[in-house]
Amino acid sequence: MTAARLTAEAVARDSYGKLIAWLVARTGDLAGAEDALSDAFAAALAEWPEAGVPDNPRAWLATVARRKQLDQLRRRRTRRDAAGHLALLANEFDTARAGPADIPDERLALMFVCAHPAIDAAVRAPLMLRTVLGLDAASIASAFLIAPATMGQRLVRAQTRIKVTGIPFRVPEPEELPDRLEAVLDAIYAAFAAGWTDPGGTEVRRRDLAVEAIWLGRLVVSLLPAAPEALGLLALMLYAEARRATRRGAAGEYVPLAEQDPKAWDQTMIGEAETLLHRAGAMGMAGRFQLEAAIQSAHVVRRLTGRSDWVAIERLYAALEAVTDSPVVTINRAIAVAETRGVEAGLAVLGSVAGDKRVLEYQPYWAALAGLLARAGAVSASDDAYRRAIGLEPDPAVRQFLTAKRAGLKGINPPASS
Amino acid sequence: MQYLLMIYGDEAAMAAVTEAEGGKMLAAYGAYAEAMGKAGVLQGGNRLRPTSASTTVRIANGKTTVLDGPYIETKEQLGGYFLIDVPDLDAALSWAERCPGASTGVIEVRPIWTM
Repeated sequence: MTAARLTAEAVARDSYGKLIAWLVARTGDLAGAEDALSDAFAAALAEWPEAGVPDNPRAWLATVARRKQLDQLRRRRTRRDAAGHLALLANEFDTARAGPADIPDERLALMFVCAHPAIDAAVRAPLMLRTVLGLDAASIASAFLIAPATMGQRLVRAQTRIKVTGIPFRVPEPEELPDRLEAVLDAIYAAFAAGWTDPGGTEVRRRDLAVEAIWLGRLVVSLLPAAPEALGLLALMLYAEARRATRRGAAGEYVPLAEQDPKAWDQTMIGEAETLLHRAGAMGMAGRFQLEAAIQSAHVVRRLTGRSDWVAIERLYAALEAVTDSPVVTINRAIAVAETRGVEAGLAVLGSVAGDKRVLEYQPYWAALAGLLARAGAVSASDDAYRRAIGLEPDPAVRQFLTAKRAGLKGINPPASS
Repeated sequence: MQYLLMIYGDEAAMAAVTEAEGGKMLAAYGAYAEAMGKAGVLQGGNRLRPTSASTTVRIANGKTTVLDGPYIETKEQLGGYFLIDVPDLDAALSWAERCPGASTGVIEVRPIWTM
């Protein structure tokens, strides 16, 4: 690999989003900015090996991309308001000629564009990965389990929508910031989750996505250091990432949180997560991500005390329940209650969501129910619940784990035939 | 950018309002339009008569068909519109949010296609 290619790739990794943000700032044309930047990278790979790598590769790319953008504008000018465009051209041309000494970091505004309420929530995370990190549609598609062509179409449609609807390129005003930031954080978390759901870590692209999401989380924290939920999200992702390797045993078997070896967790990541969560807590504005991070913190305290802090976990899930109205949270609270106040109390909490249609096809509900019923000695009912859980689980390793648990019931008492 | 704010609402409910309620609604729209005018964003706007006054026209196979009634029969119908000129979608959305019709129906915001 040539020095030119290596330099180009390094700049792409560090500065892709910065360059896109700078290019899109005044035109509002995301697709055009992407085309211009990819032309500039192509020009770099053609010219640098001959002429040598420039002193400031990023500025070189910015200048060339800006010139490509001007070409785009000239081509399009004819059908639009000529006077307005000529003024813009003059303005753009001055900037291009002067050359950017160093371009300002406007990636935060870019993230707010990608997670704008007028953009379909399902496409916000892919759009952010594409635009801020420069990931190609095929990699994003594979992480979100969507056909590459479909993902490509969705991204193009979203980019067109940004332009024609006039979504502004700016960081929202303080009064609208909390709502708008939540959408940005949700999108980052969706990207992280897409990477996280490959527990075997066999697919490099998906594992990388978790790393990229953490990178985006760091970016938001560095640009908005006083936003407690941004700190909470980064902490949450780091707690989860710290345990990644311990989710599978040597033979690829599923290892639940309670049976993971705390010594194998990444202590540096946990330490950083604890610091972030502490910083967020000092700001006095609790939110969903901080609560979820705090729950992780109460779990990983086991590495010091030998036991998860179930009292704190129960209290935190109750707080989370109040802000999310999700049966998933109630299921988790039921598990905590079983630890703090006994199996019967846990089953009573679980019973409160039994009528909720959303849990009927939700594997963790049936697994939790089966586990608590087994501890209560209701072997036959537990066996039924395990069967439901196994039937709903797509991951073979988890299925195997549940099957072993179900077989273990025989040790308690022979289950009723089913 | 120019945007059209299209005000959709339940015509039957609108027809059933008392005179006092109707007066309040008109006053609210008056204040809203005045605020947009003072902000320099208002380009035009009108209230539409109900769809019972609609007539549709189409030409198929060289033959013109005229029908009484709206194009689509739905519970919520276009009842009026405002044309505004604002910097971006966020500004258009914040005006749409202030429209009295947003709390009784739906405001659809569409950018004008400049040729």
